[in-house]
Amino acid sequence: MPFVNRLKRHLVVIAGLITLGYLLLPNIVVTVFSFNKPKGRFNYEWQQFSTDAWKDPCGVADMCGSLSLSLQIALWATVGATLLGTMIAFALVRYRFRARGTVNSLIFLPMAMPEVVMAASLLTLFLNLGAQLGFWTILIAHIMFCLSFVVVAVKARVMSMDPRLEEAARDLYAGPVQTFLRVTLPIAAPGIAAGALLAFALSFDDFIITNFNAGSTVTFPMFVWGSAQRGTPVQINVIGTAMFLVAVLLVLASMVIGNRRTRQKS
Amino acid sequence: MATLTEAPPPLSPAAPEKKPPRKRGRLVPYWLLLPGILWLLVFFALPMIYQASTSVQTGSLEEGYKVTWHFATYWDALSEYWPQFLRSVAYAAAATVLCLVLGYPLAYLIAFRAGRWRNLIMILVIAPFFTSFLIRTLAWKTILSDSGPVVGALNTLHVLDVTSWLGWTSGDRVLATPLAVVCGLTYNFLPFMILPLYTSLERIDGRLHEAAGDLYAKPLTTFRRVTFPLSMPGVVSGTLLTFIPAAGDYVNAELLGSTDTRMIGNVIQTQFLRVLDYPTAAALSFILMAAILLMVTFYIRRSGTEDLV
Repeated sequence: MPFVNRLKRHLVVIAGLITLGYLLLPNIVVTVFSFNKPKGRFNYEWQQFSTDAWKDPCGVADMCGSLSLSLQIALWATVGATLLGTMIAFALVRYRFRARGTVNSLIFLPMAMPEVVMAASLLTLFLNLGAQLGFWTILIAHIMFCLSFVVVAVKARVMSMDPRLEEAARDLYAGPVQTFLRVTLPIAAPGIAAGALLAFALSFDDFIITNFNAGSTVTFPMFVWGSAQRGTPVQINVIGTAMFLVAVLLVLASMVIGNRRTRQKS
Repeated sequence: MATLTEAPPPLSPAAPEKKPPRKRGRLVPYWLLLPGILWLLVFFALPMIYQASTSVQTGSLEEGYKVTWHFATYWDALSEYWPQFLRSVAYAAAATVLCLVLGYPLAYLIAFRAGRWRNLIMILVIAPFFTSFLIRTLAWKTILSDSGPVVGALNTLHVLDVTSWLGWTSGDRVLATPLAVVCGLTYNFLPFMILPLYTSLERIDGRLHEAAGDLYAKPLTTFRRVTFPLSMPGVVSGTLLTFIPAAGDYVNAELLGSTDTRMIGNVIQTQFLRVLDYPTAAALSFILMAAILLMVTFYIRRSGTEDLV
């Protein structure tokens, strides 16, 4: 029974790898089907190998426009949410003040609320105010739901920070601004970066809240949604594959830089 | 160095000098909070109030709506759409359990067994976040297609006969059935289960496993008595992070399901954006919110992790 015993010992590893396969299967399918040449409007069945879509990724009407709109919104939403969220995180960790509990639950609630509820309620607000739905309403909504995630990410980092480092800076006659810029901010930076990255990914990928508050403006996820009814161009798979590759490369690069930093320190 | 940091800082001559900035700084937290909290109040809390008022209005699009405290909307919405509510809870619960069963081994693998592969596996778990989830959900249409290998294999193994008898699939199809929707939900929210599980597993001291082994505990006993209880905070936050968004989701039910698998999110979306029956839509979304808050409170109480989180 040595084989069965070995199987038993590695059961967790096997089960884990199966889950990993389940997670990556759609990405593999997306990549493979980006080289497909479909017969009809839908790209659900394998027909023939072709690199046409990779040669002409913007060959579909409106797709790249929606992509650049999504990138712009994600960028501004990241800037807004990171700025506001970092300030809140510092206030929560560094100061004792009244209404701290209320603030904490106001931060927690958007994360514990189904997206469709937030989306619908925000739409009722905009409808009541007679606001023009479009770029600005999407941006407002995205900053709103990314904010809490940034707070959580930055809070975790600031909480684990040693306050004695700042005391040391002050003892060495650094002013408050200097202490903040030269000591506090660099230490908090990984948390802020993680929050910003999360905000970017959440905003770029959001469909439900955008769908309610976009009016006739079309972001990339909304374009994909529409194409599921009208017919999915192969170019969508090209974009999906490229996004996956860029994400992997970005994370790898950040790890390499991080490793080099730690090696330099030691 | 150690003596410097361990020296008691107060009562030193520096103390009186520190006082003035503290007084001036009393308002600092409020200034830091103001913009962000204002944002959340105006664009999160205020909309909830607007929605509450919308849900008790009557009228029509042409004539306009008025608050008439028409609470019957709630009753009508609930009596008409209770199947969709039940379905949402059932699908979300099934997806949550599946996420836990599938996600735990992977989180365990990353935390204890991955060694130098740990970073790579982490990247592979996180990277799909950056690919549009809609594109990935559409890929399931290909994977589960009627003539595809998955359906073929399930058919050969006669699994579909059993699942069809249970009502999870219909005939020899998987697409457009509850099974496809639950599969999509499980897939979409799996990372939200894996990451908190991993965080809490990683905190466990490996020596506890050794200690359990030294005390003649079998691997399974070690898991049941040591590892799993210590990972409870991750289990609780993971199940919440999976269940809540899954219960409100309408993307999977729309793309992978049929009219028979509509969830409450689909109804809210249709009422709001197509039928334009705002009071009913607002009432439905309020019921969903209340139901989820109730379930979550009950769950947190029951799992007794208030002090653990």
